[in-house]
Amino acid sequence: MKRLSRYRRHKAAGPALLIFALLAIGTTFNVASAQTAAQTTTADRSALIEEGRQIFLKGCSSCHGLNSEGGAIAPSLVGVGAASVDFQVGTGRMPMADMSTQAMRKEPLYTPEETAALAAYVASLAPGPEIPTEEQLNYERDGSTAEGGELFRNNCAMCHNFAGQGGALTQGKYAPTLMGIEPKHIYEAMVTGPQSMPVFSDKTITPEEKMSIIKWIKHAESEPNLGGASLGRVGPVTEGLLAWTLGLGILIGVAVWLAMKAR
Amino acid sequence: MSNEIEAIKDPGLPAHVHRKADHDPVAAKRAERQVAILFGISSLGTLLLIASFFIPDDIFIFVPVMGNQNAHQLGLGLGMAISLFFIGMGAIHWAKTLMPDQEVIAHRHEFRSPDSDRKEFVDAVKEGAQASGLGRRSLIKRSLGAALGLSALSPILLLRDLGPLPGNDLKETSWKAGTYLVTDPGNRRIKASDLEVGAVAQVLPETSDPEHRKLNDIAKDALLLIRLRPEEFNLDAERLSWTHEGIIAFSKICSHMGCAVALYEQQTKHLLCPCHQSTFDVTRAAKVIFGPAARPLPQLNITVDEEGYLIARTPFTEPVGPSFWGRNS
Amino acid sequence: MTTEHRLGQVANYVDERTGAAAWMKKNLQKVFPDHWSFLLGEVALYSFVILLLSGTYLTFWFDPSMKEVIYEGSYEPLEGVKMSAAYASALHISFEVRGGLLMRQIHHWAALIFMAAIVAHLMRVFFTGAFRKPREGNWIIGVGLLTLGIVEGFLGYSLPDDLLSGTGIRIAEAIIQAIPVVGSYLSYFAFGGAFPGEAFIPRIYTVHVLLLPGAFLALITAHLMMVWYQKHTQFPGPGRTEKNVVGYPLMPVYMAKAGGFFFIVFGVIAFISAVASINPIWLYGPYTPGQISAGSQPDWYMGWLDGLVRMSPPIETYFFGYTISWNILIPGLIIPGILFTGMALYPFIESWITGDKREHHLLDRPRNAPNRTALGAMSITFMIVALINGGNDLIATHFDLSINQIMWGTRFGIIILPPIAFVVTKRLCLSLQRADRELVLHGRETGRLLRLPSGEFVEVHEPISPEKAYLLTSHEQAPALELPAVDGRGVKRAGAIRNKLRSRMSVAHSEAVPKVSADDLKEIESH
Repeated sequence: MKRLSRYRRHKAAGPALLIFALLAIGTTFNVASAQTAAQTTTADRSALIEEGRQIFLKGCSSCHGLNSEGGAIAPSLVGVGAASVDFQVGTGRMPMADMSTQAMRKEPLYTPEETAALAAYVASLAPGPEIPTEEQLNYERDGSTAEGGELFRNNCAMCHNFAGQGGALTQGKYAPTLMGIEPKHIYEAMVTGPQSMPVFSDKTITPEEKMSIIKWIKHAESEPNLGGASLGRVGPVTEGLLAWTLGLGILIGVAVWLAMKAR
Repeated sequence: MSNEIEAIKDPGLPAHVHRKADHDPVAAKRAERQVAILFGISSLGTLLLIASFFIPDDIFIFVPVMGNQNAHQLGLGLGMAISLFFIGMGAIHWAKTLMPDQEVIAHRHEFRSPDSDRKEFVDAVKEGAQASGLGRRSLIKRSLGAALGLSALSPILLLRDLGPLPGNDLKETSWKAGTYLVTDPGNRRIKASDLEVGAVAQVLPETSDPEHRKLNDIAKDALLLIRLRPEEFNLDAERLSWTHEGIIAFSKICSHMGCAVALYEQQTKHLLCPCHQSTFDVTRAAKVIFGPAARPLPQLNITVDEEGYLIARTPFTEPVGPSFWGRNS
Repeated sequence: MTTEHRLGQVANYVDERTGAAAWMKKNLQKVFPDHWSFLLGEVALYSFVILLLSGTYLTFWFDPSMKEVIYEGSYEPLEGVKMSAAYASALHISFEVRGGLLMRQIHHWAALIFMAAIVAHLMRVFFTGAFRKPREGNWIIGVGLLTLGIVEGFLGYSLPDDLLSGTGIRIAEAIIQAIPVVGSYLSYFAFGGAFPGEAFIPRIYTVHVLLLPGAFLALITAHLMMVWYQKHTQFPGPGRTEKNVVGYPLMPVYMAKAGGFFFIVFGVIAFISAVASINPIWLYGPYTPGQISAGSQPDWYMGWLDGLVRMSPPIETYFFGYTISWNILIPGLIIPGILFTGMALYPFIESWITGDKREHHLLDRPRNAPNRTALGAMSITFMIVALINGGNDLIATHFDLSINQIMWGTRFGIIILPPIAFVVTKRLCLSLQRADRELVLHGRETGRLLRLPSGEFVEVHEPISPEKAYLLTSHEQAPALELPAVDGRGVKRAGAIRNKLRSRMSVAHSEAVPKVSADDLKEIESH
C-alpha cells in the first residue's frame, strides 16, 4: 500500500481510480443481477408477472389502458395471450413509434427478459395463445418442406408473395417480408393474427402443418438464387426494368460505338 | 415559304478524314493485333464454357452483389457470353479500323415504273381477264363464288369439336345442399368451434376422392371461410341467415376476372384481390368498395350438422367467377 | 490450288445452275447508311433468331401436356407435389438438363429484349417519319409484328403452367368470356371445356412453336425485303438528298458490322442470362386456381394492359338476363383495339392532314415535325401511366405508398398527363427550332468576351460550318393546306366539315419556326 500511495498525486491517479471504480461496480452488478435471471419457478412466476406489470404500466398503459382494457388508439390485451406479446414486443413492433399505417418491425425496445415478463403479465389477465414450445418449433425434424410449400402457397402467398418477400394491402398497409424472421415469431404470428393478418387456428392449420410452413420459409430464405442474381424475387416488374435498362442500355452503347468513326 | 425563298446551298459530302490505320502501317498492325486479341478472348470464353459443363452442379461460390451462385450455371453462362460477345467486338473493331470507311454514294431510282411498262401491264391483265371469260360468263362467276364460299365452311365445321358447348356449366358448382366444408389442403371437416374470431380458412367441398381433385372443379368450388363477431355484420335478414355464429362463406373466385381472392385484412374486414386490387367488404356480403370488380363475391348459405360440422345449406344462388353474356345480373 | 481458284469453282457451280452472279453483283455492293439508331431493328431481328435457336433447344425436353403427375425430380421443395407434366418438364429442364436453365433464361430474356427493341425501333421510325411513302406497308407489317410479339410472348411464358402465368391465363379467359353473345362459347372452344381444362397448354404450344413463328418468319422476311428493295432511309445532312443513299457497302463493311452485331446481341443476352435470374418457376409453384401470389403481373409488354384493367371503373350493365362487362371490354379489348388501329393507320392519317403524296427518303429531325413528335410523346405518356398502374402494388410496397392513391392518381393521370405531354413536347420542339435558327444566323456562342474600343462588351460568336448550316436548314416546311369551304360561286362544298377538320389539323401540323434562308444570311453578313 505504501508503495502505491507514493503515486497518489500522479496525474494518472484520478482517471485510473475512476476506471477501477467503474469496473468494480459494473462487475459486481452483473454478477449480482445474473443470479436473478435463472430458471423461473412457480414462486418466481408471480415475481415475473409483477415485473411485467410494472413495465406495462410504464411503457404500454398510456395507449392500452391501465388495466389493458384498450382505448381509442389501442386494442384491449385481455385474452391476446403470451404469444401476442412475445411477437409484438419481440419484433420491436410494440411500443409503436409511428402511428401511421401500421406497426413496423424495428429494433426491440425491451430485452428478452423484459419481454418474457410482459408476456407473463398479459397471459395472466386471461387465457390466450401461448408461446410455442421447443417441440412445436422442431420444424427441422417434424416439418415437410414440400408440404410446407403447398400450405404456404394456399394460405400465405396471397399476402406475403410466392417467395415470402411481402406484399401490398389496401390504404398503404403491407404484409411484411418473411425473410430473416425467427421461427418462433412466424409461429406466433400465425396463431395470433397480428394487425391485418388473420388468425390461423390450430384446427385449420395444425401445429405440424405450421412447422412445415416454417420449414419451407426457412428453406426459401437459405436457398441460393439459381440462375443468377435474384432481382428481388418479385416477378416480371423488375425483370422488365432490367431488360430496358441493362439490356437495351448495353446494346445501344455498343451500337453508338459501332457507328462512330474510328480514330 | 421555302418555295419562294432561296434555301442555303448543300456544300456536298464533307472531306474524308483518314484514320490512323489508313496511313500508318504501325497503327494498322496495332489494330490488327487488337482484333486478334478480341477474338482470342472469345476463345477463352469458349474454353470456360466447355470446362464449366463438367463442374458438378452442386458447387456454390460467393460473388459480390449477387450472393451465392451456382458455379456450373455461372460458368456456362459467362463462358457462352464471352465467347459470343468478343467475336462481335473483334468483327466490329476490324470493320471500324481496317476496312475502308470511305463513304459511298448510291443512287435511288424512282419506284414508279415507266409508262410503257405500266401500259403493257394493264394490257396484259385486261387480255388475261378477257381470255378467262369471267366478265362475260356470269353463270361461271356466280357458281364459282358459291362453291368457294361454301367450301370455306368445311374447316369451320371441322373445328366444332374443339370444345363442348358451355350449357349450364358456368352456372353450377359442386356445392349442393348438405355438402361438407373441408380444409384445403388437408381435406378435414371443419367444426364451427375450430375457427376463432378473426380466423380465415381455405375451403373446398368434400369429395369422395380427395386425392384426385380436378382443377376444373377447384376453379369454381374454392371457398373462403371467415369468422367475425356476429354484431360486426351489416347484412339484411336473409343474408344474415346464411351465416352461422359469425362465420360467413364466400366464393374465393373473384367476380372480376377469376383470380383467387384470398387476401383478408383482419382489422378492416376487407378482402383484397391481388390481381387488379378489387376490394370487398366482408361485413356487407363482400360488397365491392374499390377497384374494377362490378359484383360482390357470391355468398354460400352455410349451417352446421348435428355434430357441429359446417355444411352448405343450399348450392350457390348465382354463378361464381367472372361475368358472361348469359349471366342474369 | 489457291483459295481464289477454289472459290471461283464454287461460284461457277452455283451460277451455272441459278444465274446468281447477275443479282449478287448488285447486292454485294448495296449501300447502307450508318447511324446507331438504325441498329435497333437489328437488335429485334437478332433477338428473334436467338429465340428460334434457344426455343428449338427447349422443345427437345419440354412436354406440353396438362396431365397430372407427381414430381419426382431433384428439386426438394416440390417433392411429391401434384403438377402438370408441362410444369414438371420445365423443372426438369431447369434442374437436370445441363445448360437447360441457361437456355430457358436466354429464351425469356431474349423475348423481353425482342419486345423492348421492337418498341425502341418503332419509336425511332415514328419520330423520324420513316413510315411515310413508300414505306407505309412496312409500317403496317411492323405494327403487326409488335402485336404478334405480345401474343407470342404471353403464350410462351404461359407454357410452363406455373402459378404466375396460370393466373394470367385465367385473366385472358375472363376477357374471352366477357365478349358479348359468343364469349362463353369461344372460351369453351379455346379451352376444350371449362377452365383450366387439359387442352389449353398443348394448343398454345402449337401456336407458339409453329403458327406464330411461321407468321413471324413470313412477316420479317417481307419487312426486310422491303427495306432492301426500297433502300434504307437516311438522316439529312451535307451530300445527302432524296435521290441518293450515302453509306457503306454490304461487303465487307456491313457484313462485318451487322454480322458482328449479331454476336454482340447474343453475347449480351447470354451475359444477362448468366447473371440475372428470370422466371424462377420453382418458386412460383404449379398452377392451381385456388392459389395466388401478391404482386402478380404479366411480362412488361403486357403491363400496360394490366394497368388499364386495374384502373377501370366498375361498370357492368344488365338487361333482360344478359350482362355486358364494360369494366373488362373497354380496357381489355376496345381501347387497345383503337390504339393499335390508330397506330397502324397513322401514315395515312398524317398524309391526309398534310396532303403530302411524295416519296420521302430523308428522315425528319424530330424537332422539325413538332406535331408528330408531340403526338408520339403523348402516346408514350399514356402507355407509361398505364404501365405504372400495372405495377402499383410493387410500387406501393417499395416506396411506402398506397395502392389506392396510385390507382386514383393514374385514373386521373391517364387523362390529364398525355395532353400536357403533347403541349410541352410541341413547345420544346419549337424552342429547339428557334435555337437552330439562332445558331445559323448568329453562330455558336464561344463564351469569350471581347471589349470593343467603345467600351462595350460583346460575346464572340463563331460562325458554324456550311455543313452544319445546311443540316439545320435543309428540312421542308410545308405550308398548311388551303381547303376552301365554299367554291368559286359561293356554294358550300361537299365534305365541308371534313375539310374544316383537315384544315385545322393541317394548320396545327405545320406550325413551325421559319428556317433561315440564304437571303437571311446575306442580311446578317451585311451588318
